[in-house]
Amino acid sequence: MIDVHSISFRYQKDWVLQDISFQVGKGEFIGVIGPNGSGKTTLLKILYRLLSPQQGEVLFELAPLNRMSRMDIAKRIAVVAQETYPLFPFRVIEIVLMGRSPYLGYLMFESGRDLEIAKKAMEWTEIVNFSERPIDELSGGERKRVFIARALAQEPEVILLDEPSANLDIHHQIEFLDLILSLNRERGLTIVMATHDMNLASEFCDRLILLLEGRIYKMGAPKEVITKEIIETVYGCEVWVDQNPVSGMPRISLLRKGIHEIETVGRD
Amino acid sequence: MKILTPKKVLTISILLSLLLILVILFSIMVGSVKVKPLRSITILLQSVLGLKGAGTETEKAIILSLRVPRALLAGLVGAGLSVSGAIFQALLRNPLADPYILGVSSGAAVGAIIAILMGLSTLSVGLPLASFIGALLTIFIVFHFGRQDGKIHPNTLLLAGVIIGSFLSALIMFFISISQKEELHTIIFWLMGDFSLSNYEAISVILPYIFLGFLILYLRARHLNLILSGEESALQMGVDVERLKLISYLLASLITSASVSVCGLIGFVGLIVPHTVRLIFGPDHRLLLPSAALIGASFLIASDTFARTLLAPTELPVGVITAAFGGPFFIYLLRTRKVVKTL
Repeated sequence: MIDVHSISFRYQKDWVLQDISFQVGKGEFIGVIGPNGSGKTTLLKILYRLLSPQQGEVLFELAPLNRMSRMDIAKRIAVVAQETYPLFPFRVIEIVLMGRSPYLGYLMFESGRDLEIAKKAMEWTEIVNFSERPIDELSGGERKRVFIARALAQEPEVILLDEPSANLDIHHQIEFLDLILSLNRERGLTIVMATHDMNLASEFCDRLILLLEGRIYKMGAPKEVITKEIIETVYGCEVWVDQNPVSGMPRISLLRKGIHEIETVGRD
Repeated sequence: MKILTPKKVLTISILLSLLLILVILFSIMVGSVKVKPLRSITILLQSVLGLKGAGTETEKAIILSLRVPRALLAGLVGAGLSVSGAIFQALLRNPLADPYILGVSSGAAVGAIIAILMGLSTLSVGLPLASFIGALLTIFIVFHFGRQDGKIHPNTLLLAGVIIGSFLSALIMFFISISQKEELHTIIFWLMGDFSLSNYEAISVILPYIFLGFLILYLRARHLNLILSGEESALQMGVDVERLKLISYLLASLITSASVSVCGLIGFVGLIVPHTVRLIFGPDHRLLLPSAALIGASFLIASDTFARTLLAPTELPVGVITAAFGGPFFIYLLRTRKVVKTL
């Protein structure tokens, strides 16, 4: 579906991404992980052409992303990025209806059909109850769901998520990712998610792309990417990797400095 | 689920237009020279219908050549400033933005003052033309310095506007310090906003800018909603953000330039009318822009009517009234409702 073909990108002088190639198949759930500044967000921005790479190209269903119109991109790729709110408080239904914008073009008002689609999106994300409330009165978890509903109203084929679990407690993290997973499994939506939370990525993603300093360090199933050796090399800190006892997926535990000595002393 | 429909926009616009008509009628009924209220209306009606009838020549002159053009001009300027204020607040994502924030007002003032010092203030064309040119030059300079690699960065543009505005303010103070007493009075009144020189030419000159500017901006009202959530967010929805910004900034600046050129700097209208309308009708530009235009027109006509009648025959600068009445009303709204997001 998405074919990233040896792209390199720089803002100023230094390359932020170098020679990145990968493919995303239809219906896949891909996680992009990596340390701060490794280029995760930049990569996502290139995938919806907020930025254009200086070298290489991105193909969407075999067509160069560069030649697609903005409206066309917005009909097929939806983005849920880090928190953005309107300066003046819109109501939830108004925000979700904004997702119909790519289909309206220069039309001024949404039709009854647009409203139906927005309502369905709100049912999926379970936000119908507060559809009349201003967005700034909602909690962080509720707001996230509003923006997913807006993305669904775009009727996209792909949803790009940037740090979706940031600022959410574990209850809302899992609830949110379960929602994303159900969209992925039941509606065949392709998901590309950039995240810092490797345990969540490991649980939910089909494949992971691990970035380091703008290059792909490792790509593959969570079991291939999340190993003690790789994570310690890439992040430069000590970790313990075992399996989530329930799901069997790789699980990372952080280790505090010097914990080995304490462990040894304890054993003696 | 309530959503905005064309019908709702139309209904509210018609109601606000009725309010505007009432305010216009009120404003032509009162004044320092007493003309009976009913007779004022009769004179206006028969003039509109092309009939002859009641009223002396003096009364006709007062109503038709003074009060009517003055009300119409104040209405146009009120609408123009309110719409451009709303646009600047949206584009700069700053609730403090007003039509003058990019320095257009200072440029217009420098042009006007130069015209006054050159003795052009007695001509009805010279002063507005000079201030319009001053405003346009300022827009040109601000956009020249406020753009980077062909893109408009709101903060860069804002800084360019504020700094060029400050520089022009220095020029204004310099000119004021070297001006003579009679000129000084004209300059001060211009800087505080003044409709006493209103005429039909001024109306016909600025009408196209304000009307067409509004129309083109209104066609992009839905896209302006999207940009309130940030430029990236609008782009994700398929909006050509750079084009939208360029068109909107330029049109809002043009509307401001046309408005100030005929009456000087009237503060406050362009700041509080958009906020007030948002508090009443919500932030959606499809409803906000027409409502702000109509309420802004009514507000400025009413303010100007008070300005010329409160201490009649002495006229107050209209800016005194807009701030004195608008300020407390706005504080009241602030206390009772929420103006901007509180995240």
